[in-house]
Amino acid sequence: MIENLLFELEMAAPQVILGLVNGAFYALLSLGLAIIFGMLNVINFAHGAQFMMGAFVAWMLLAWAGIPYWGALVLAPLLVGVFGMAVERTMIARLYKLDHLYGLLLTFGLALIIEGVFRNGFGSSGLPYAPPPEFGALDLDFDFLFLPGYRVWVVIASAAMCLLTWLVIEKTKIGAYLRAATERPELVQAFGINVPRMMTLTYGAGVALAAFAGVLAAPIYSVNPAMGANFIITVFAVVVIGGMGSIMGSVVTGFALGLIEGMTRVIYPEASATVVFVIMAIVLLTRPAGLFGRG
Amino acid sequence: MADTTIAVAAPLSAHEEAGFLGFTRAQALAFGLLLAFVLVSPFFLYPVFLMKILCFALFACAFNLLIGYVGLLSFGHAAFFGMGGYVTAHAAKVWGLTPELAILAGGVVGCVLGVGIGWLAIRRSGIYFAMITLAAAQMVYFFCLQAPFTGGEDGIQQVPRGALFGVIPLGADFTLYWVVAVVFLAGFLLIHRIVHSPFGQVMKAVRENEPRATSLGYRTDDYKLMAFVLSGTLSGVAGGTKALVFGIATLTDVNWTMSGEVVLMTLVGGLGTVFGPVVGAAVIVTMQNYLAEFGAWVTVIQGVIFVACVLAFRRGVVGEIGNLLKVRL
Repeated sequence: MIENLLFELEMAAPQVILGLVNGAFYALLSLGLAIIFGMLNVINFAHGAQFMMGAFVAWMLLAWAGIPYWGALVLAPLLVGVFGMAVERTMIARLYKLDHLYGLLLTFGLALIIEGVFRNGFGSSGLPYAPPPEFGALDLDFDFLFLPGYRVWVVIASAAMCLLTWLVIEKTKIGAYLRAATERPELVQAFGINVPRMMTLTYGAGVALAAFAGVLAAPIYSVNPAMGANFIITVFAVVVIGGMGSIMGSVVTGFALGLIEGMTRVIYPEASATVVFVIMAIVLLTRPAGLFGRG
Repeated sequence: MADTTIAVAAPLSAHEEAGFLGFTRAQALAFGLLLAFVLVSPFFLYPVFLMKILCFALFACAFNLLIGYVGLLSFGHAAFFGMGGYVTAHAAKVWGLTPELAILAGGVVGCVLGVGIGWLAIRRSGIYFAMITLAAAQMVYFFCLQAPFTGGEDGIQQVPRGALFGVIPLGADFTLYWVVAVVFLAGFLLIHRIVHSPFGQVMKAVRENEPRATSLGYRTDDYKLMAFVLSGTLSGVAGGTKALVFGIATLTDVNWTMSGEVVLMTLVGGLGTVFGPVVGAAVIVTMQNYLAEFGAWVTVIQGVIFVACVLAFRRGVVGEIGNLLKVRL
């Protein structure tokens, strides 16, 4: 009996861990989406493409400039973030007075452009990016399970970044401005705070979070133009489930859904791709505003 | 007003109210041109290419019924189009149904899916509605990827065109063209009829001011769901017709990129215009045809058109023409 249970655990553990790693990405991506949506009222469809850009920039930094993983982890989000700010200034800023759906359509077009450009430049087969060897120290070796250190690092790094973002928004002065500007932009502007610039910075920060997730993902998945598109639709479902009202809510929902997906892969593998959407349907039927949403 | 909201179809003003099938004079003229084009073009252009345009035009018109008249942006219409294609292909190939029944089966599955997805999605509006439909359509995609009857990555190939009513064989492109033309025109006029019926008036009222429509005693959710189901049904018919024309149903038609494509067609032609989706479908299909050799650049060009339309060209081709001539098309 106990042996049987151990065997089950042996089978299940890797999938559950894999789920947690996926959850780490869901959390980072839905966090970025939630921050952008809160401030700009735009659903950033290009989020997946910007995630992919982060991974590609990391690969380019290594292959072309010899800058290793740690440098990329800082540089890639900055570079992609600056790109995001340029996009916000030149295009998205023109749409704030229009129906919010135009923001969705614009960023969808941007996602097509970015993906197409990378597919032309690098093909769709994918490029390898080796994880740095120092993560060997984090390897977890149980009798029944070997867990590569890099995956442990991804979960830690993602959780730390989410926590840091939460601290910045909840505990710092700039975070207070941000929260205030989300609620009442005109009033905040009347107090002399440059709200348009805050919007640019917010979009840049959200995009940088996506790129950070992309760098984290580069050693796990092959770096390819479609890597973002595969993630982003699931992340949309995660966002609908969590509701975009709270920062912590999107983080918790992201990790939880990754875990649930991993467990489903053990219990009923055929449903693992769709379980997030089924949960979305259930949440919509019972709490249409989302688990952490406010109306 | 017309600039800030996404839907631009305005109610008719009194002097515009007009006769033939509820078309205004300008619209009747435009419909005459469309009809003439449908009748004459197969004698000059390659019928398969024209049939592709007509299928996508019907698809885009069905999509426009939602965004243009109810103000709901669906990002999951590929689910109806693709599933319609699969079911029609399966019905024609495995069940051996005649083409008209096979296309009908595609419409039925679009209807059933529309009830399911619409029932979920109308609980939210705006951006959430778009995300929910996208996610639900992705679920349909995964279903098609795994379900045995769809043939997975291979799709359903070598679908027979069969004989209309079991009598008229449709193997020749030129013969099939007239069937597709009738399907398209019937769908187009049906949508026009729906929009101008009392039901359509309530639909537009929901778009303009939902709380007010509710206060007048209309069950707005029922109207939204009904419009969604109609749109899904016609999308299924369009997908089924396309599967018969090309003899193949694949994952491409159920993928989220197809949902984006129909949005693009409608946007290029003009959201909320009667003829915009038709023009948009013709433009995009022609473009894909001529740019096919450039491979992945087609995606980039489509993206650029998307961005350009949203930033500078929100009325679309037909909307701009209508604006110039001061008529609604």
